[in-house]
Amino acid sequence: MSIPQEARPLVAIRNVSKHFGNFHALKGVSLDVASGEVLCIIGASGSGKTTLLRCVNQLVAIDSGAIWIDGELAGRRVVGGRVHALGETEIARQRLRTGMVFQRFNLFAHMTALENVIEGPVQVLGQRRAAAEKTALALLDRVGLASKSGNYPAQLSGGQQQRVAIARALAMQPQLMLFDEPTSALDPELVGEVLAVMQELARSGMTMIVVTHELGFAREVAHRVVFMDQGGIVESGPAAEVLGAPREERTQAFLSAVIS
Amino acid sequence: MNAGDTVSKDGDHFLTDLAGLPLVRPRHWGRWGAATVLVLLLALLVRAFALGQIEWAFVWRFLTVRSILTGVANTVVMSLCAMALGIALGVTAAVMRMSPNPVLRSVSAGYVWLFRGMPVILQLLLWFNLALVFPDLGIPGVWSAHTVDVMTPFVAALLGLGVNQGAYTSEVVRAGILSVDVGQHEAAQSIGMSRMKALRRIILPQAMRVVIPPMGNEFIGMIKLTSLASVIQYAEVLHSAENIYYANSRVIELLMVAGIWYLGIVSVLTPLQMLLEKRFSRGTGRRP
Repeated sequence: MSIPQEARPLVAIRNVSKHFGNFHALKGVSLDVASGEVLCIIGASGSGKTTLLRCVNQLVAIDSGAIWIDGELAGRRVVGGRVHALGETEIARQRLRTGMVFQRFNLFAHMTALENVIEGPVQVLGQRRAAAEKTALALLDRVGLASKSGNYPAQLSGGQQQRVAIARALAMQPQLMLFDEPTSALDPELVGEVLAVMQELARSGMTMIVVTHELGFAREVAHRVVFMDQGGIVESGPAAEVLGAPREERTQAFLSAVIS
Repeated sequence: MNAGDTVSKDGDHFLTDLAGLPLVRPRHWGRWGAATVLVLLLALLVRAFALGQIEWAFVWRFLTVRSILTGVANTVVMSLCAMALGIALGVTAAVMRMSPNPVLRSVSAGYVWLFRGMPVILQLLLWFNLALVFPDLGIPGVWSAHTVDVMTPFVAALLGLGVNQGAYTSEVVRAGILSVDVGQHEAAQSIGMSRMKALRRIILPQAMRVVIPPMGNEFIGMIKLTSLASVIQYAEVLHSAENIYYANSRVIELLMVAGIWYLGIVSVLTPLQMLLEKRFSRGTGRRP
């Protein structure tokens, strides 16, 4: 697959650092993601890949560095030569650009699948309920769950819950989709249905950053694969190169440990 | 096990088909024994009260006299109002306690510390006697009134019981909020919700499931706590009963009357709690 070329990257991450107490989770990470690009981030747990993803939609506040999404500085504003931290309302508005899919689905447990999907459009975007339901049903149909719209999360399998979660994120019409190990909490036989939905989404031209352990998915769908270790990017490039013929020793060690 | 054992008369019948044999359930001798003892004790208790120095005819007669019924109504009204005030204050205090704003957090902590730290009866007396501290209440230039006119037994009881209840309720609500998975909050944020909207739409409705059983407990506590308001002349059921026995000296009979009414009110409320629990447990069962 070819990477769509555009002058300005949709996501520009520059020199981002993050500490959790004494733990240095991100050590000056820089990364660009082009519009329409599918980027997979791989690496061992504790390598900082999930933290980096959560920094992009500001679930984690960065210590230093900067992130621009569609040219807009995330969580900060420069006024008169000074950097101002944004308030909660502004951050909430910026989050509308990104949709997030969590490892543990995090569907709203007291709402049906349909209610989960329309919650954002109705409550945050102020859409009318009828219109939101129509869009939501189309989205649920797209992820193959039109018949489950009235079910509560507890009545759905893990794979079905994750597909509802994808529909919920898409309902906000984000420019960018973030996936945080979307199949890691699933029984092996349910992984395929979620990856199929993600693959379809990638084919439709959605910009995606996917933190994953599914190397097969990365190989097939990703335009680019990034390998992270100890809070930094070790290697980055086309999937065939990073996964097929890694240059760095740490990448080789990780891949041989994962594949064996 | 030897091959010969499989066909022995008693035992495990190794590998034989058990389908045709009748199943004898274990006998619960302990349960039968305990039930017998209990019934016996209960009969003795009933007999003791029946033969004791209680004129049951008085109990039945005073059960439905006007002043007792007014007292019952006042007890129910005060319980509902004070609980409503307590829940409103409790939810507010719990939300403030979990706010990122340190000023709100301190105010909430201070409120809980102050009102949990004093006996309710003392708080009732303080509210009722507020006129001794502040003879007049009001907003300068807008409105003012004599404290004695405002602080009626009803208002004093409502404030005393409700404000105290709020301090306890806030901790119950906080526990409920803490019981909701942090992922629910993150998911709400990820679709662009503000903290308050996430609380109202996502977190509190799920916290309710955990909050309702202890709240039912608190409500039942409140019904009985209203009896303390009799010390500040609020005419709830115990106050009415006392007024009657001051006149006719039928102390035990009238206390029985009050007791029967308290039990009655609580008995009606318990099924209501079940209904609420059912409403807020949406989505937690396997099938609706």
